[in-house]
Amino acid sequence: MSDVLLRVDDISIVFGGLRAVGGFSCELKTGELVGLIGPNGAGKTTVFNMLSGVYTPTEGSICFTDARGRVHSVHEKKPFQLSKIGIARTFQNIRLFGNLTVEDNVLIAMHSQREINPLDAIFRTPRFYRDEERLRAKTLELLALFKIDSKKEELASNLPYGEQRKLEIVRALATNPRLLLLDEPAAGMNPQETQELMGLISFIRKQFNLTILLIEHDMKLVMGICERLIVLDYGRTIAAGLPAEIKENPAVIKAYLGEEAMIDA
Amino acid sequence: MKTTVRMRNFILLAAVAVAVVFLPGLLIKIGVIDAYTAQIFTLAGINAIMAISVNIICGVTGQLSLGQAGFMAIGAYVCIWFSQAMHFPLPLAMVTGALFAAVAGFFIGFPTLKLSGDYLAIVTLGFGEILRVIFVNLKVFTGGANGKRFTTILAASADIAWIVIIGTLAAVVIFLQNFLRSTYGRAIFSVREDEIAANSNGISVFKYKMTGFVVAAFVAGLAGALYAPFIGFVKPDLSSFNRSVDYLIYVVLGGMGSVTGSVIAAFVLTYLQEFLRFLKEYRLLIYPVILILVMLFRPQGLLGMKEFSFVRAWQRVTARRGAKDVGK
Repeated sequence: MSDVLLRVDDISIVFGGLRAVGGFSCELKTGELVGLIGPNGAGKTTVFNMLSGVYTPTEGSICFTDARGRVHSVHEKKPFQLSKIGIARTFQNIRLFGNLTVEDNVLIAMHSQREINPLDAIFRTPRFYRDEERLRAKTLELLALFKIDSKKEELASNLPYGEQRKLEIVRALATNPRLLLLDEPAAGMNPQETQELMGLISFIRKQFNLTILLIEHDMKLVMGICERLIVLDYGRTIAAGLPAEIKENPAVIKAYLGEEAMIDA
Repeated sequence: MKTTVRMRNFILLAAVAVAVVFLPGLLIKIGVIDAYTAQIFTLAGINAIMAISVNIICGVTGQLSLGQAGFMAIGAYVCIWFSQAMHFPLPLAMVTGALFAAVAGFFIGFPTLKLSGDYLAIVTLGFGEILRVIFVNLKVFTGGANGKRFTTILAASADIAWIVIIGTLAAVVIFLQNFLRSTYGRAIFSVREDEIAANSNGISVFKYKMTGFVVAAFVAGLAGALYAPFIGFVKPDLSSFNRSVDYLIYVVLGGMGSVTGSVIAAFVLTYLQEFLRFLKEYRLLIYPVILILVMLFRPQGLLGMKEFSFVRAWQRVTARRGAKDVGK
């Protein structure tokens, strides 16, 4: 359990003159659930975008170990290639395929698991039907875990907000990830929905043997389920450690509440 | 159970296809449908194939091409050249024409599909016009501005032309639907919906944009390779901007993203242009008015993003009959 899944080594990214992230490092071990927190604009989503290949870091390296034990350089790959080796993500501002059905949204994420070629599709060979049934059965199974299987025929854009968030997680799971990056999964949810989501995240983590890195503002959720926390501010890591330690860390309190809060304390 | 449904759908589709292709062919042969009407509807078939080609780019991949007629012209000239100079049999020359158009599509798409926004529209617009000038000046192959004659059996007999062209149209519609309703089609749709999300879910955005573009170029080349032997004469004007826009109109009217909508719109508008001939010059006035009215009252096009399905129509008919029986 202690092998390293993801090693981030001193990555920085510069946009024009702005250093959005400077010298971020971390290590994720297989099976861990780690939270990435920090005030608004701290660079959390930028870190996610670098881990998922959307941005290429200006400096530093990111190494990821796939299911067969091979080590890949994340910073040299495109997002779709990272998806194939086992990095999946969700987005802060939900990005579903709105005009497609719930089922299609998940099926698209399983595109890389197809066992057919284009000719099978054009001529509708028996292999095409077999493959289609296999993927649809798996889709339904995943949707059922999140209790949205009854809505598989609906357009994704017609789902209520909370279910859109769930669908995005299902879609990410459908790519068979080893590492799941969740960008504010509980944003916009009410306390009860957040509670339910916490349970689901712990469940899928065990069920699919996942390593999860999670950005979240809801401290209750973060403190409740994360084993380890990394705190970012102004693009730098200001603290890292167990949730209990982070709560007491003066640098973190300063970042969140300001200098005066420190003096009062 | 599932296999019997699949079987029934297959038989239903095959029956419709055979009826659409061979029944009018027979009627043309025995003279029930006159040669003039036959020619209009056969031409509509070619227009429908072109409309499908434009629709693959505009409706399915969500881009804009203003030079689709250029690919059609490539298909036409390559087909003529391989048939006349290389003595290929006509069907083989047609497929060669379509393949050349697909290759051209690849080379046009390669530098431009990496860009987003209106670049593709600008490049394809230029592509069509540049091709036109090349065809005018490349007299050895194309006969220059006077055009090139190409007499074949398709120009000579209306019934064979109908069967070949409408048969090709049916094949294009069926195979394209099969392709789009598979995991490949879903991948292309996902790129249209959200490139970043598609990319993060294992879909190579560039690859599937390219797939859509090359397939569209192939279909346009096929339309050109049918057009040349059917009309029997090709001019460089075939690749002009105006023609590309004509095909775009069919797509907008039929509904972007709906292949069957494009086919219906192509047939309706091609016939309408001929039907309005009794108005003489006023025809040019009425035609745009009709287009404006459709856009006002049905901005999403005739079918929107939906597809017309014979299977679903059949189910609706049988369901209604079933309901009537219960009523008794």
